[in-house]
Amino acid sequence: MARNVNFDPHLMEAGMESPLDEEDVHHSFNQIIAENSQSVAPSEAFELQQLQWELTEEVEDSVHPLPGQGHAPGEEQQDQRDFGWGGDETDPLIANKWSSATLRILSSMPSRTIGRNRGAIISQYYNRTMQLRRRRQSRPSIKDLSRSARPSIRGYGNEEDTTDAEARKREHLVNNLQNLSVSDRVRMLREMPLSVAEKSNLRGLALQKERQTQASGQMHCCSRLKYYTIIAARQGWYSWLSFLHSLQLWQVPLKRVSGRFGTGVLSYFVFIKTLLLFNVFLFLVTGAFLVLPQALFPPDLSADKRSFYGLELLTGAGYFTDSVMYYGYYANYTLQKSCRVDGGHHNTSLSNGTMRGCISNHHHYNMPLAYFFTIGVSFFITCIILVYSMSKSFGRSFRIDKSHSVLAMKVFCSWDFKVVKETSVKIMSENICTQLKELLAEVSHKDDTKTAGQKLWRLMVHALAWAICIGSTTASVVSIFYFSDNMHQNLKKRSHQDPLLKEASMLALPVLVSFINLLLPGLFNLSAWMEDYESPSVRTYVSISRNLMLKVSILGVLCYHWLGRVADSGLTCWESYVGQELYRFLIMEFIFTLLDTLFGELLWRLFSERVLRRRRRPVFDIARNVLELIYGQTLAWLGVLFTPLLPAVQILKLLLLFYIKKSSVMMNCQAPRKPYRVSQMTTIFITLLCFPSFVGASVCVTYTMWSIKPSSSCGPFRELKTMFQAGKRWVEKLEEGNQNLSVLANAYSYLVEHPFFLFLGAGIFLIVIYFHSQVVDGQRKIISLLQEQIENEGEDKKFLISRLQSIHEQRRGPNRRQRRQVCVQLLQLKQGVIYTH
Amino acid sequence: MGNKQTIFTDEQLDAYQDCTFFTRKEILRLHGRYHELAPHLVPMDYTNDPDCKLPLALIVNMPELKENPFRNRIVEAFSEDGMGNLSFNEFVDMFSVLSETAPRELKAIYAFKIYDFNVDNFLCKEDLEKTLNKLTKEELTPEEVDLVCEKTIEEADLDGDNKLSFADFENMISRAPDFLSTFHIRI
Repeated sequence: MARNVNFDPHLMEAGMESPLDEEDVHHSFNQIIAENSQSVAPSEAFELQQLQWELTEEVEDSVHPLPGQGHAPGEEQQDQRDFGWGGDETDPLIANKWSSATLRILSSMPSRTIGRNRGAIISQYYNRTMQLRRRRQSRPSIKDLSRSARPSIRGYGNEEDTTDAEARKREHLVNNLQNLSVSDRVRMLREMPLSVAEKSNLRGLALQKERQTQASGQMHCCSRLKYYTIIAARQGWYSWLSFLHSLQLWQVPLKRVSGRFGTGVLSYFVFIKTLLLFNVFLFLVTGAFLVLPQALFPPDLSADKRSFYGLELLTGAGYFTDSVMYYGYYANYTLQKSCRVDGGHHNTSLSNGTMRGCISNHHHYNMPLAYFFTIGVSFFITCIILVYSMSKSFGRSFRIDKSHSVLAMKVFCSWDFKVVKETSVKIMSENICTQLKELLAEVSHKDDTKTAGQKLWRLMVHALAWAICIGSTTASVVSIFYFSDNMHQNLKKRSHQDPLLKEASMLALPVLVSFINLLLPGLFNLSAWMEDYESPSVRTYVSISRNLMLKVSILGVLCYHWLGRVADSGLTCWESYVGQELYRFLIMEFIFTLLDTLFGELLWRLFSERVLRRRRRPVFDIARNVLELIYGQTLAWLGVLFTPLLPAVQILKLLLLFYIKKSSVMMNCQAPRKPYRVSQMTTIFITLLCFPSFVGASVCVTYTMWSIKPSSSCGPFRELKTMFQAGKRWVEKLEEGNQNLSVLANAYSYLVEHPFFLFLGAGIFLIVIYFHSQVVDGQRKIISLLQEQIENEGEDKKFLISRLQSIHEQRRGPNRRQRRQVCVQLLQLKQGVIYTH
Repeated sequence: MGNKQTIFTDEQLDAYQDCTFFTRKEILRLHGRYHELAPHLVPMDYTNDPDCKLPLALIVNMPELKENPFRNRIVEAFSEDGMGNLSFNEFVDMFSVLSETAPRELKAIYAFKIYDFNVDNFLCKEDLEKTLNKLTKEELTPEEVDLVCEKTIEEADLDGDNKLSFADFENMISRAPDFLSTFHIRI
């Protein structure tokens, strides 16, 4: 009875062509029915064993479905006993008894063989490479296309019964692989769910073929050149990757943190790493183009050198004031290597680039222009990198339909495979258990309506909490406003005081701001605890938005103070002063973060262990710490214009912060108990880094460069009306030299200075965004339609199979019933005989 | 490249680099880890493809897998014989699929294999029950387990056969943005 069903292989092959011959499909069903109707009555020559086996098969076909019983020995993989299509007793399918032939058909259906065996995978990837080749416009030859029947969306192939067809498919696949470009081939190879040995086999075959075509001189010389350059580029890229990996920046610490705390806390440390890379980039650019040239050609120092006290490390003033750290040190002329007049190198200070009797062959370096373009270009590149990583992260975490399979996702996607430590694993199990129970409760009792009085009460509590938060924020902003004003007035007045004390008093504002940054989030936490949110994600979002509001308002008032008040106040070198302020803020923020780590984590843990005698350690608040990092980075971006060495300070700070936070977390904190949606949070943090943080900083810098008058006694833009004029002057000079460029310059100035084009650009941008959001909406609708279609297909399948089965039964005829009864009796007899023994 | 290693030929390392998500250095490091699991069994010279398999018991003792409730299934899913004996190729394959840069589809295929305890290419109710018990270390009552399994199948089953086929599973995974970050082992 166990006959091999042989389908026409072309039938089930998925391809892009429409069905050539639908009748073939029906024909095969007829074949099966014909085969089974030929079932001959069992002859007496059957052995008891075989008869028993057959009987068991027949009996179980007729017995009410019992789960998991009676798998005929050795046939487990073949005969899928599809008992129980549903728990629904009214389902007509339940009552049906599947014959073995039907079951064989069922088990060889395409959707059941995905990923199961090699032939299916090879066909699937053959189709994919074919699609890729079509997309890449490298035309496959006609002989590679095959007749196929129904198109399918994903191009799943079917299982071939003969190895012949598999070998053929393999050849086609190798052919396709060879014709793809190298990067596509590698990507295809990596994505295949085959074992490494087979993949390297396929790869070897494809490369062999390629070498053959090369060796036989079929390749054109240009494509050969292209081939070699691509190979060389790939080797170069791999060596670069190897080098990066061998640097292994923090691989081991990250692994230890993830092993103990999971992906959530790990994302904080990965964020530190990302920020570090941004700052390294900034540092390299400003260092190479600004700091290094200026350090090699120091200007004549007018003021006397101050001695180093040590306070400078905190305040950034004093010894550091007239150093390469600040804006004021930079020259406003073209740096030149002087000609040898009397055996030494003199630095000739020439204004506006006029020569002084030296022959040419010098290196010129236009410092103001370099300053302007370095800052501009580094901000532009940072913007591009940020937007790219933000969109990539968003694409990864954006899901169209959120609320559907919550429980299933919790079961299959919530176990964090990175966690390695035993206690953390236990905590994670408990967490998942709790979350499942909560979800069950939610899913079972959906409507938990509150009375009107309760709702009103909750509303009042929320309003009170928000009032507290907004009130405290406003109070702190106002206090910073008046305090900064006060400090500024004092600075102008008390110029006769002891310089050290004066310097130390400049630390007052940073200390105040950092203090507020430390206390107010605690207050926000308290009010959130009072509000008692039900859903932890809502609580996280509310906490993030409150902290964000605080930080944005503080930075806003500080920017007003620096760019509005200080710039207009008539200080001798206000840019250097602002640079020093930013340095102080950065250092103070670091010190207060250390203090917070010390008190918030270490002392709290000691306190709770010794005094309160609880085993609960403090939990690492990821959102708050990440916002602190973003705040620090905003300060760094604000300060690059005034302090080109600020990225270096930020790098040092991040390095120290990583190690300190890591040791603190490992020693003092416990694994988080609340569910934390990592990819969503990461997207939010990158977005926050881009939108309020970077955009705010670049707006301030652009405003400074565009509108504020630079100080007239120091810095590279001394005599200009605005910093932007350095660029304009250069363009004018170019125009004088070459008339053809005037068109370009005119066009540029027209574009930039007339706001109409900006509005037009912004309008076009908005329209594009609107179209894309409409496309997303349309795709959402298509997804729901497709789901309906899948359900309908399922119904169709059930219908067809039950029809097939009923026809099969009719063909077998009424004798079957009698035969079956006889078989049942025989079997029972036999079992009874066994039992009595 | 000037590497003085004699464990693999250059072609072998290139093949590994093209077929997995690891670089050369990482492959060598993996070989070191494989070797230290059984220093007497694993040869240091792989240039002629020795046939050496380590048993399940050794592999699941690795620190990365020791506390994972699915460790046995993970190793079985990647072994050719289904019993959990891994050759070096399969060892590399396992960690490559579980690495950070592996795409979602590939991970979904193997996740399905891992959660399919009775290897029938479906996630039926028994598979789900076993998964849940391993996840929660049997803290849920049998009624709760039953309820969760039923609701899960209800939510994710699209074609109505009361089991999760691979298509159902993949469809559900595509809605879970966290799958990529949780289904990841660092080695």
